[in-house]
Amino acid sequence: MINYDLAVIGGGPAGMAAALKAKECGVEKIVILERAESLGGILEQCIHTGFGLHYFGEELSGPEYADKFIELVKQTDIDVKVNTMVLSVSDDKIVTAVNTTDGLIQIKATAVILAMGCRERPRGALQIAGTRASGIMTAGTAQKYVNIDGYMPGKKVVILGSGDIGLIMARRMTLEGAEVKVVCELMPFSGGLTRNIVQCLDDFGIPLRLSTTVIETHGKERLEGVTIAQVDDKLQPIPGTEEYIECDTLMLSVGLIPENELTKQAGISLDRITNGAVVNEMRETDHEGIFACGNVLQVHDLVDYVTLESQIAGQGAADYILGKNAGEKVYINTVPENGVRYIVPQKVNIKSKDDVKLYFRVGAIYKNKKLTVEADGKVISSKKKVKLAPGEMENVLIPADILAGLSENSTIKVRVED
Amino acid sequence: MKKQMNCVACPLGCLITVEYEGNEVLSVTGNTCKRGEAYAKTEITNPVRSIHSTVKVIGGIHPVVPCKTSGPIPKGVIFDVMKEINKVTVNAPVKIGQVFIENVCGTGVDIVATNNDTGK
Repeated sequence: MINYDLAVIGGGPAGMAAALKAKECGVEKIVILERAESLGGILEQCIHTGFGLHYFGEELSGPEYADKFIELVKQTDIDVKVNTMVLSVSDDKIVTAVNTTDGLIQIKATAVILAMGCRERPRGALQIAGTRASGIMTAGTAQKYVNIDGYMPGKKVVILGSGDIGLIMARRMTLEGAEVKVVCELMPFSGGLTRNIVQCLDDFGIPLRLSTTVIETHGKERLEGVTIAQVDDKLQPIPGTEEYIECDTLMLSVGLIPENELTKQAGISLDRITNGAVVNEMRETDHEGIFACGNVLQVHDLVDYVTLESQIAGQGAADYILGKNAGEKVYINTVPENGVRYIVPQKVNIKSKDDVKLYFRVGAIYKNKKLTVEADGKVISSKKKVKLAPGEMENVLIPADILAGLSENSTIKVRVED
Repeated sequence: MKKQMNCVACPLGCLITVEYEGNEVLSVTGNTCKRGEAYAKTEITNPVRSIHSTVKVIGGIHPVVPCKTSGPIPKGVIFDVMKEINKVTVNAPVKIGQVFIENVCGTGVDIVATNNDTGK
């Protein structure tokens, strides 16, 4: 058994930012456990720019953003174990992992930060009729083929789902000479960032068909085409609207799922909506000393926000390890209402000395509405919003002096209103 | 003339309204930063984009290494620039910021590496 003050599971942007923050706060022995061959996580294949505008004030590509943190980690004495698969995290914070140099290892940590990220929803989750021809893959898989492995997975492409990875890949494939025939989106709105619809689809004249899905795939060995159809307001295909589109590749960009197998195994409570752990304002789960941050906690649209969230978790873990988090704690719940789907953190300590930011998403597109925060029947803040969309995470700040005025029976409610 | 557009300068995607006469921008509203104003102006007069791709690398850990335009280029030359990028082959090691093509297609913009490849 190896002893560490802090074990960080995952060496992507979340894990690196959390570990660096904990180091900065004075934690001595830290280890990052990473499944892939290098640090960086999914950023390594996200070669498009747009990362870091908020955090660094410059527009970076994914690998460049990751590299800034990789260099900072190198300058510390944080231990990094790559090619290392974590098998379990126990209640008493023993992390069991395996790799080819150490074999099976057990790490006893004072605190653990879960930063495993997320994965894409696969075809199996969609139940599309048809054969298992080759040429059907998630957009992220295609992204790895093109950007890391250097080959084109197809020439005529249909993309199902208008999540950001799908939009980015529509442009990437077009630039490399493929014909992207259409992007179909089941919902009546896109889940992707507006900037990506403009510069990945509109710029190249790629049609985005809303309320449309793929109902069947054709072809035996290789995909030969797909049948698409419009859907009604119950998301069911409308008979008579079917249309055959010839293609050799179908890319799926139909959502991301936080990778919480280890979290579940440890018996940590999960939020039904985020599919991530239920956490307090320091991103501590309901297991003392186990924290979660980044896409494993909630799927973010900006890595900049992943970094900020992970620094909170790193600070929280450091306070826990160094015994600085003593003092009274009174937790109250944050409650999403009318139009707001979820809020992270789900619990807030009203004795917190610092202001607390609540992050959340709305469930539909709203125009010219207000975002209202209320506690004990009193409005804390009400902010006018020209546009609210599910694809864009919102946040509100709850000042510490407002928290101090609440009681253990209070709840903080956030809602969309006229 | 009035035109509404979504800013692509950053992921916020502000909805901007531009008033203009021909090539002259009269007013920009709805933006939340200076970059938004600049974006709206160039979008009316000379729309530009940054692009990113990969180039072949010999002796690298991976078969390709990513690159980007060091600044925005006119929308109209995007595919010409892609053609030039696809002609490039480099030898490992590659360092972030390394210039692959100077002044690509006369745009005054370089094609630069966006990741390291230490080589095998």
